[in-house]
Amino acid sequence: MTDTTADAHAGHEHHHGDGPHLAHHFDSYQHQFDSGKLGIWLFLAQEILFFSALFVAYIVYRAMHPEIFIWAHYFLDTQLGAINTGVLIVSSLTAAWAVRCAQLGNKQGLVLNIAVTILCAFGFLGIKYVEYSHKFHDGLGWAAKDAELKWSRHDPKHQVWELPGFQAKHPEVAAAAAAASKEGKSDREIAAVARKAAGGKDLGIVQPANSNTFFGIYFFMTGLHGIHVIAGIIVWVWLLLRALKGQFGPKYFGPIDYAALYWHLVDLIWIYLFPMLYLIH
Amino acid sequence: MASTTTSPEAFGSATPSTSESYLTNERGFLSWLLTLDHKRIGVMYLMGVLFSFALGGFFALAVRTELLTPGHTVMEADTYNQMFTLHGAVMVFLVIIPGIPAALGNFVLPIQLGAKDVAFPRLNLFSFHLWLIGALFLVLSMYLSAADTGWTFYTPYSTTTTTAVIPATFGAFILGFSSIFTGVNMIVTIHKLRPPGMHWFRMPLFCWAIYATAIMQVLATPVLGITLLMLIVERALHVGIFDPALGGDPVLYQHFFWFYSHPAVYIMIVPAFGVISEVIAAFSRKRIFGYKFIALSSVAIAILGFLVWGHHMFTSGQSVLAGTIFSAISFMIAIPTAIKIFNWLGTMYQGRIFLDTPMLYALAFLWVFTIGGVTGMYLAVMSTDVHLHDTYFVVAHFHYVMMGGAITAFFAGLHYWWPKITGRMYDEKPGRIGAIIVFLGLNLTFFPQFIMGSQGMPRRYYNYLEEFTIYHQLSTVGAYLMGVGFLLAGINFYRSLRKKPDAPKNPWGARSLEWLTTSPPPYYNFHKPPVVDFGPYDYEDLVFDKKLGGYVHKSEAKS
Repeated sequence: MTDTTADAHAGHEHHHGDGPHLAHHFDSYQHQFDSGKLGIWLFLAQEILFFSALFVAYIVYRAMHPEIFIWAHYFLDTQLGAINTGVLIVSSLTAAWAVRCAQLGNKQGLVLNIAVTILCAFGFLGIKYVEYSHKFHDGLGWAAKDAELKWSRHDPKHQVWELPGFQAKHPEVAAAAAAASKEGKSDREIAAVARKAAGGKDLGIVQPANSNTFFGIYFFMTGLHGIHVIAGIIVWVWLLLRALKGQFGPKYFGPIDYAALYWHLVDLIWIYLFPMLYLIH
Repeated sequence: MASTTTSPEAFGSATPSTSESYLTNERGFLSWLLTLDHKRIGVMYLMGVLFSFALGGFFALAVRTELLTPGHTVMEADTYNQMFTLHGAVMVFLVIIPGIPAALGNFVLPIQLGAKDVAFPRLNLFSFHLWLIGALFLVLSMYLSAADTGWTFYTPYSTTTTTAVIPATFGAFILGFSSIFTGVNMIVTIHKLRPPGMHWFRMPLFCWAIYATAIMQVLATPVLGITLLMLIVERALHVGIFDPALGGDPVLYQHFFWFYSHPAVYIMIVPAFGVISEVIAAFSRKRIFGYKFIALSSVAIAILGFLVWGHHMFTSGQSVLAGTIFSAISFMIAIPTAIKIFNWLGTMYQGRIFLDTPMLYALAFLWVFTIGGVTGMYLAVMSTDVHLHDTYFVVAHFHYVMMGGAITAFFAGLHYWWPKITGRMYDEKPGRIGAIIVFLGLNLTFFPQFIMGSQGMPRRYYNYLEEFTIYHQLSTVGAYLMGVGFLLAGINFYRSLRKKPDAPKNPWGARSLEWLTTSPPPYYNFHKPPVVDFGPYDYEDLVFDKKLGGYVHKSEAKS
């Protein structure tokens, strides 16, 4: 107790004798770690609620306007989405591995795993960039046709039946719709022709009203997720620099653990976004 | 250290030396702006909140002055719209939400627990910096062209008006994160930093109230954050989620907004309950009645508060079934609230009541908050709400609760803890007169609004029919009277800093831990970590010491 009393007069940055990373108001490293862990879980709870409104908006629009979602899904690149899912899962593995290395005091493993996590994060963003630029190039932005922002206008350059993927999957429907479109038929007539070619099944290939709504939700959700990935990269780079200085070990590995938990959440949100946006039909 | 009883140094009048006192142990502007000390952060919040309160009060007086006569009085209709929007946004986001949890809570809660600081001091400082940045954005929006949407920022008007909605909502977005981080800090502090002996049911009720508030801050505020972000994106990039012109749904915005903003009214009032529990018990010198009921009713309010947002939307085209459910749950909120009121009355019953300034504010709270709460029941009934929706009845209801409840409790707490925060006593007489004037002004301002609201005067209107003139004029006179009361309190505080004597450790005879340390507390809160072997309301162990002008433990009294 006399020690604590002496501390009381020593000022801000004074620490107990038992470690440079133990803040003055905690009794032990375990106490500090447990407090931080509760804190990060609370932070993750608010993160989930932060995304919640977007998920609700998605559910509301999908229930009210399923035709928009059906039409839009033809334009999404499932392959790139799947690769990105894999990239993030790998990075989650290395993040968890980094925690293990920190706990064991394995500096080399820690640095390596953080580095791979950061690389994966950049890879994810790179693939996302490719996808985004394809969307903008094809006129698949979110804004109404007469909006001031030219680059984000929603004015699709291609019809569903002009997409190679659709042509490969439904050759007769694509051909019938293309022919009807060439003859200058109305959207309703094209839809009727396509339905007939598909054996009475409505594939929803004619652009519905307000189809920009889907891309609004798509860019908002993936964009906000992307911002979280960027925030994660900043945190990981900071932790990499600290790891290189050898600041982490069996007693003090909290920051790595918290960052990994955050990273798992970012990964988890993507795991929901991928089927919701890419795998619908 | 002996664990049998509190050490002799724990009581008495010892004032801290200059190098010990948290106010003077470091000097210079940056030693405040970059401090990690929860007490200094609390004081900075307090200064910010009081400044914002003056600003929001100015806007309120501008609104009331304009309404003195029908038609044009002193300003144009557009300016009037900006004035009531600024009044609402400043009072909600900059004053009431941070007022008790961030300003008083930051200062008091760790000391009440017996901790050295909050769990994450850097995060705490970051919260305050976010508060400053958010406030700057609100000020920036005033400079550009203040929003005229009302503090609710309803779409589609908010996506089409030409005023600076984006800076204002971005400011509120940042303030939201300030509030979230404060909540995270408070929850972890309460869970992890209680010293031995301070078990859950030995915490002062203020801590329970802050705990319930923090849960709501962490779980509700992010929804406001994303909603405002969606509104900003809607306005800037025309995404079409809320804007009906692009296929969006404005009612969805209302759902999202009230999913936060109804819990937010409990974020504003539950900490007030905490202050009132402390003040009423201390000034009745009687153990609080129904401790567990008061503690857990705060948690019950926090949970139920998430399930009632639809009662703001009875007239928005919500289904009757949904409306009925929201209405029923809204009624249920009355139960935990009434439990508190009855327990406070039970505490006062046969107590030794001292009518010091904090207690006068607390009594005013009991009176006005009960009126505010009961009139809330009128609005929770769908059939009457259809008549009263968007009238002055609603304005009167939530001002009785927010102004009469939250602000009155904030001033009760400020007068209660002022000697601890500053180390100075204020004059009782002007303090009491201020409290009485505020109470009278408050009722004069808002009671006529109930009457004109029930007669059909719509809220937010610039103009009104001749028959409402008398009610508007009474209301305006009341607003100025309230202004005088608060000015008197402000002058009294200011004078106390200059010439009043040093405050004793325990001027009120209260028993929670903050009254064991010096006034103002030393940097590390306690000379020796307190050993908690008594409850927060065990007043019978204390006796008044005339020489010190404060209370001491009876084992320490010098005959």
